[in-house]
Amino acid sequence: MRKIIALLTALSVVCLAGCGTAGGAAPTSQGASGDVIRIGVFEPSTGDSASGGKKEILGMQYANSETPTVEVGGKTYNVELVLADNGSSADKAPSAASELVGKNVSLVLGSYGSGVSMAGGPKFDEAGLAAIGVTCTNPNVTAGNDYYFRICFLDNFQADVLANFAIDKFSAKKAYCLGENGNEYDQGLIVFFKQVFEAAGGEVIADSFPTNNSDFTSYLNKAKSEGADVIFTPVSIAYAKQIMEQAASLDIGIPFLGSDTLDDNMVLEATKGTNLQLFVSTFYQEGGSETFDKGIKDYINSNSDAMTANGGNDTISAVTAMGYDAYYVALEAIKAAGSPDKTAIKGAIPQVTWDGVSGSIAFDEIGDAVRDTAYIKTADTASGTWAFEKVQTGSSAQ
Amino acid sequence: MEYAISVLLSGISVGGQYALIAIGYTLVYGILRLINFAHGDVFMVAGLMGIYFTATMPIGVSIPLVIILTVVLGFTIERVAYKPLRDAPRMSVMISAIGVSYLLQNTATYVTGGQPMTYPSIPLLSDTISVAGTQTKWVVIITPVLVLALVLSLNLLINKTKIGMAMRAVSKDYETSRLMGIKINMVISVTFIIGSALAAVGSVLFFTNYPAITPTAGAMPGLKAFVAAVFGGIGSIPGAVIGAFLIGICETIIKGLPSAWDVSVFSDAFTFALLIVILIFKPQGLFGEAATDKV
Amino acid sequence: MKDRKKSFSAFIGICVLLIFVIILENISGFVPNVPQVLEPTSPLFTVLKKAAVYSLVAVTMNLLNGFTGLFSLGQAGFMLLGAYTYAILTVPTAMKEQVYYLFGGCAFDFSLLDMFEGIFGSSGAGGAVSMILACLIAIVLAGCVAGVFAYLIGIPVLRLKSDYLAIATLGFAEIIRAIFQWQKLGKVTNGANMIKGFPTFSSFNITDGAGNTILRLSTFVPFLISSVCILLIVLLIHSSYGRAFMAIRDDEVAAEAMGVNLFKHKMLSFVISSFFAGVGGALFAMYVANAQAKAFTSVMTYEILLIVVIGGIGSVSGSVIATFLYVACSEWWLRFLDSEHYIGSFKVPLLRNGFRMVVFSVVIMVIVLFFSQGIMGNREINIGALFKKRRPKAERKQ
Repeated sequence: MRKIIALLTALSVVCLAGCGTAGGAAPTSQGASGDVIRIGVFEPSTGDSASGGKKEILGMQYANSETPTVEVGGKTYNVELVLADNGSSADKAPSAASELVGKNVSLVLGSYGSGVSMAGGPKFDEAGLAAIGVTCTNPNVTAGNDYYFRICFLDNFQADVLANFAIDKFSAKKAYCLGENGNEYDQGLIVFFKQVFEAAGGEVIADSFPTNNSDFTSYLNKAKSEGADVIFTPVSIAYAKQIMEQAASLDIGIPFLGSDTLDDNMVLEATKGTNLQLFVSTFYQEGGSETFDKGIKDYINSNSDAMTANGGNDTISAVTAMGYDAYYVALEAIKAAGSPDKTAIKGAIPQVTWDGVSGSIAFDEIGDAVRDTAYIKTADTASGTWAFEKVQTGSSAQ
Repeated sequence: MEYAISVLLSGISVGGQYALIAIGYTLVYGILRLINFAHGDVFMVAGLMGIYFTATMPIGVSIPLVIILTVVLGFTIERVAYKPLRDAPRMSVMISAIGVSYLLQNTATYVTGGQPMTYPSIPLLSDTISVAGTQTKWVVIITPVLVLALVLSLNLLINKTKIGMAMRAVSKDYETSRLMGIKINMVISVTFIIGSALAAVGSVLFFTNYPAITPTAGAMPGLKAFVAAVFGGIGSIPGAVIGAFLIGICETIIKGLPSAWDVSVFSDAFTFALLIVILIFKPQGLFGEAATDKV
Repeated sequence: MKDRKKSFSAFIGICVLLIFVIILENISGFVPNVPQVLEPTSPLFTVLKKAAVYSLVAVTMNLLNGFTGLFSLGQAGFMLLGAYTYAILTVPTAMKEQVYYLFGGCAFDFSLLDMFEGIFGSSGAGGAVSMILACLIAIVLAGCVAGVFAYLIGIPVLRLKSDYLAIATLGFAEIIRAIFQWQKLGKVTNGANMIKGFPTFSSFNITDGAGNTILRLSTFVPFLISSVCILLIVLLIHSSYGRAFMAIRDDEVAAEAMGVNLFKHKMLSFVISSFFAGVGGALFAMYVANAQAKAFTSVMTYEILLIVVIGGIGSVSGSVIATFLYVACSEWWLRFLDSEHYIGSFKVPLLRNGFRMVVFSVVIMVIVLFFSQGIMGNREINIGALFKKRRPKAERKQ
């Protein structure tokens, strides 16, 4: 009897799988008419970075709903986004990348998080498929890979901006840095921050916490007892949220500096109604483009899935704006190439320029975006929104 | 001084929360000789339920409901995933536990969409209080007291009641107690019910203190609680509690050491190193009874 | 006599398999218009490579858990050691500056690849020889490092029994990971950053002077190395040592009474298993084209353990078959469950990001609960018997 039940369960799963494949094989209703250009979306939707990845996808989906077609050589193509989940982990990324390659996409957008981009990169390289990184900020993503481009700034630039901001705004002499052990994003930013901050005569105390840590009170108390002027926490969203909540209950009273990952409504929510001071550097400031803000808010509010992906409210994350811009950069590249052919598109990308909502985008010879400014915004704890602080440039030396 | 007190305070609160999970481990291990890997995830699910229920119901209703549903979950897991394997090799049961843990984590990812969820603030527990010049939450003070009360009542249950006697008998000798007419399945279910209820209470305390819940939020506390249970001598409730407090305090002290040494990253590694040392030199733990191998 | 015949047919079987892999991989080069799935960039080959690597690791775990009865959960830790050893030894010195950019270069200024290229030259046949030699030696050394660590760890922990051994080895894997992520060792391990730039499977593709690929061997290489290693493990299992291992598994006390030195044999099994796990780790690094400690978590060990269970504890061929099924399902066939699908105009319910993993874990639970013997139980596929009547061995007592 037990075996029969088990077999039935297994059978129903297989049936479900069968249905799905049938559904997948049949052209979807929207894509049935006309020719289709596929754009691969290489993003995490499970694992540690799922939250950020989904918000980035949201921007692309909104852009796709806004401009679902592209005209190439007098012919109108429908643009279809093909999603592949890289699971936020380097061992799942290669198969997600080859999934996209196998689906004949013309180019790839993504990913959120540099580690997965570096793991998937060689697959794109081998397949001769161009990838445009959206918010992967590690220098090694594009270095040594001809096929990887990116539209965001780099870790060293961001750390430089924040170190300068700390010195300008708070005349900080002592900074406490806290990052996750073994996370290249956190540790990279901290090392660069330390270089700039110490060069300016400051003192840096750096600490790392083990993965899956939840008690940050010891670290925060340490920062306080060491007399730090600022606390720099370039950590991923879940940790940032945890740190903010605990800092609020400890009444820490030291301003926090965060990197682009902290520009997230989950983190913002944690600061609401507290007396925390949080400043983050980011790619996009809400209010930068009114039409975009209004459009994406309508899109989020009219679509419950989008609402869930955005964490339950309609605050715009910078990564969403970046995803939106990435989509338009991709369209520009397709237009410039004059064909849906991946090799032609790869050849066209370096010349593409685009005035996006996050600023103007152009590529340098390595494939990185030419960007020299970042937005600094601060959490308005009374209303639970982001407030614009200033536009910060890096040190002149950079 | 202020700093030392603050480190000690967070150590005690971390320890208290580990203790509540560790009791679940030690009870189950004592009876089934099973490392219930899913226990940490049950704890995480209790936290998620807390979030979803308090969003729609008043706290007074939702917390008891969370405890009841967590108990149901623990009971169901035992009946579905462990009971059919009662006569299978121990490794199969443990693998089944890993499977359940995998399932709970993946389901949580699916339901929450991978977003870190925020635990609601609970009146009184979340309020802040100043102890010797350091700010902290009430929950930090309440946790050890609550743990102590729970342990005392649990001890009463185990030493004075009939079901407690049955539990002790089963953990001493599974086969013989079965022959003596003890309803093994009932005893095991009760064990899981107690363990899950404590995990639910633990989740309220833990997530009030550390309010972001991710699908893997239960894994680390779960593993450390198990280490605490081994440390104190598996099967012994006071042992598990003392082990949990010791590990919690050691861990926060390591985190609090000067940054220049850069050793705070080893706070987890230290826990495991401690476990290995204990296992080698005193395999029965601090308060465990020495097991005799029967041939 | 019969045994020799059996091993001869197994040998022939492996050769046929390897030749088949080469043909499969290169078929697109000879036959025009092959189906998409046979294109060299198809997910099929990514899955095959990963499965080849994982099957070796699964077999090493089976050697411990299934054949020796040692419940060890340290496999990810030994893979980590192997992966890092391989990576550090083979990154060309010219690349080190870029890879270790946070630490200003690597303290270990030596590369096997450069050394052999100095002897045999770096292009043409000399280049091929030097790469093969460098990779082979690095892989063997990767195994050795893992083996030496296993020996050191084994001295204390192998005295522990079942679950305690499991949790102690799990603990060791976590400790090793924390050490490799430590920023202070960054000059050697590159801290949180990944090591990349070393030869990967794709480096084994034979290209002509113009860079066109003549013969693809990138799938063949992991198959070759894995099958050689698995063959060695099978030979060990069938030797007198293997019989001693199984005696220990079935009854420690009886085995000891029969004169089997428990500790010595347990240690032997542990060290050999770890050696091949280290080799597997090196292959894994080649597969993902980077080495980063973040990937080698206990989740990876659990995954491998589940593969072993699905295949059948105590069956080498079961582990291999289960690996291919597991990897193909989780990374390829079930991917459609993650995106929305329509059958006609009917939207299939539940399909959403993350659903794949839910279905997958339900399937695993069904297998664990209802088919606890796994696919193969403790039987083996006998290649010779495939041509004759199938004659399963008598069920071994648990």
